[in-house]
Amino acid sequence: MVTALNLPIEDFEAALLQIDRIRATEIIESIFAKNGNFEMLEHLTMGALERIGLGWEDGRLSLSQVYMSGVICEDLIEQYVPKCQTSYKTKPKMAIAVLQDHHALGKRIVYSVLRAGGYDLFDFGQGLSADEIVEKTINEDIEILLISTLMLPAALKVKNVVENLRKKGSSAKVIVGGAPFRLDEGLWQKVDAYADGKNGTEVTKIIGRLTEGEL
Amino acid sequence: MNSMERVMTALSHKEPDRVPVFHLLSHYGAKESGIPIREYFSKPQYVAESQLRMREKYSNDCIYTFFYAAVEIESFGGEVVFIQDGPPNSGEPFIKSLGQIKNITPPKINDSKPLQRVLEATSILKRSVGDEVPIIGTVMSPFSLPIMQMGFEKYLDLLYFRKDEFDLLMKINEEFCVSWANAQLEAGATAICYFDPLASPTIIERSKYLETGHKTAQRTISQIKGATATHLASGISLPVLDDIVATGSAVIGFSGKDDIKAIKKLASGKISLLGNLNGIDMVNWDKKKTGKEVRKLIREAAVGGGFILSDNHGEIPWQVPEDVLLEISETVKEYGSYPIRAED
Repeated sequence: MVTALNLPIEDFEAALLQIDRIRATEIIESIFAKNGNFEMLEHLTMGALERIGLGWEDGRLSLSQVYMSGVICEDLIEQYVPKCQTSYKTKPKMAIAVLQDHHALGKRIVYSVLRAGGYDLFDFGQGLSADEIVEKTINEDIEILLISTLMLPAALKVKNVVENLRKKGSSAKVIVGGAPFRLDEGLWQKVDAYADGKNGTEVTKIIGRLTEGEL
Repeated sequence: MNSMERVMTALSHKEPDRVPVFHLLSHYGAKESGIPIREYFSKPQYVAESQLRMREKYSNDCIYTFFYAAVEIESFGGEVVFIQDGPPNSGEPFIKSLGQIKNITPPKINDSKPLQRVLEATSILKRSVGDEVPIIGTVMSPFSLPIMQMGFEKYLDLLYFRKDEFDLLMKINEEFCVSWANAQLEAGATAICYFDPLASPTIIERSKYLETGHKTAQRTISQIKGATATHLASGISLPVLDDIVATGSAVIGFSGKDDIKAIKKLASGKISLLGNLNGIDMVNWDKKKTGKEVRKLIREAAVGGGFILSDNHGEIPWQVPEDVLLEISETVKEYGSYPIRAED
């Protein structure tokens, strides 16, 4: 019997790193065939993505491998959501956006990881101003807002986003990510973010903790 | 020694009078001049005057004619987004589909107003400083430029799965890059900084780089008629250091996340190091912290020459206080005179 303890996470991780969709599909199909439990598939994808994320953090793996792995997992989970007769989690209500920049890789990675973890979320897009992000967040009544940035001026603008959200009555928790926050570890606090989402799986864990009672 | 002598001695892996300092100041010049960034870069005279003033003020050992990375995208007809307090950035990628690539022609340097402005600033500066100060021109590597041309996700798909279109885009970009680098050298640049963030194992795995961007760099750098420095823009460089050496670059811009002792040992006698202060973190520094960081870096990287002290990204952020830049230079003057011993 397949349990969370004996999932072939390392084999799955190897398939992802080799961009071997066929092998990754075989592994996930074998888990599904044995027990049809969606939670096991989530454990498998998130377990592998967490290892890959950590590999990037410590310099063993590249950002492109993180991206490719996330996209493959997102696609696979999308196929198995209907097969498992389940649906994406729509609570908490979440959105992701890139502030002031058209470089969207970071956003895409986190989006993929969250989708691979079974979460549904809005993609507000990229190249957005602080005002545009605030407006979309209010209109969609978002509870968790993920903001990706590439450059320091954009990262500093997160403070305006948080301030304007509060002024307009939104209590959305803002989780930030991107290069400036990696290079200045205290920056997320200076811009009044709720948390620093260092990578996709870290964001998923923060969301998990929030949904367990803090939100 | 003047700045040129100091830098050339360091690049020969010998010890000059003191550690050379490169403050890589681009849009920071607009702040210094009190001119809005868009207007600042619209007049080569503004850039040249500001570079000369900042060289004096910050005891800079180089002139940096880098306007902004997206100037190349502008020359391809792409969009540039200006903000009040940071580098002009590329807008919406102009390559929307892979089918477009075959119709792209490399921009002609003479026909591009943004590039001509860079060349004019370079010429003015060359007339002013002659051979006393190195003038550093810049290019985006043909391999990294597509991040702005088509967006990162589409480019990674191209890089991994569409070899024919990738090769075609490299051919276009290489032709442009060589022309652009050589035009800057003709205008008076002493050397070219070849920005190649995608070459870093932080972004793509080394095996992929060797199949792709490394070959691009070898073809391109061999046609540039002057010295080049490869800069990985904050990405780690240690695992590809020997590969960068093989491209013919004389200098590598290394990361704050690189192991300095290991990179110093590996680079010794082969390639000079440029770096690696954390420009983003500099925003938070006071004089004490600045002095501490600079002294530590000198102790770890400066022994024996082959080292230029700089930031690790290739551009000082607007938000860095001028006192930090002044303190960097003062600390180098005080603690960076050769001979330097590692334990000093």
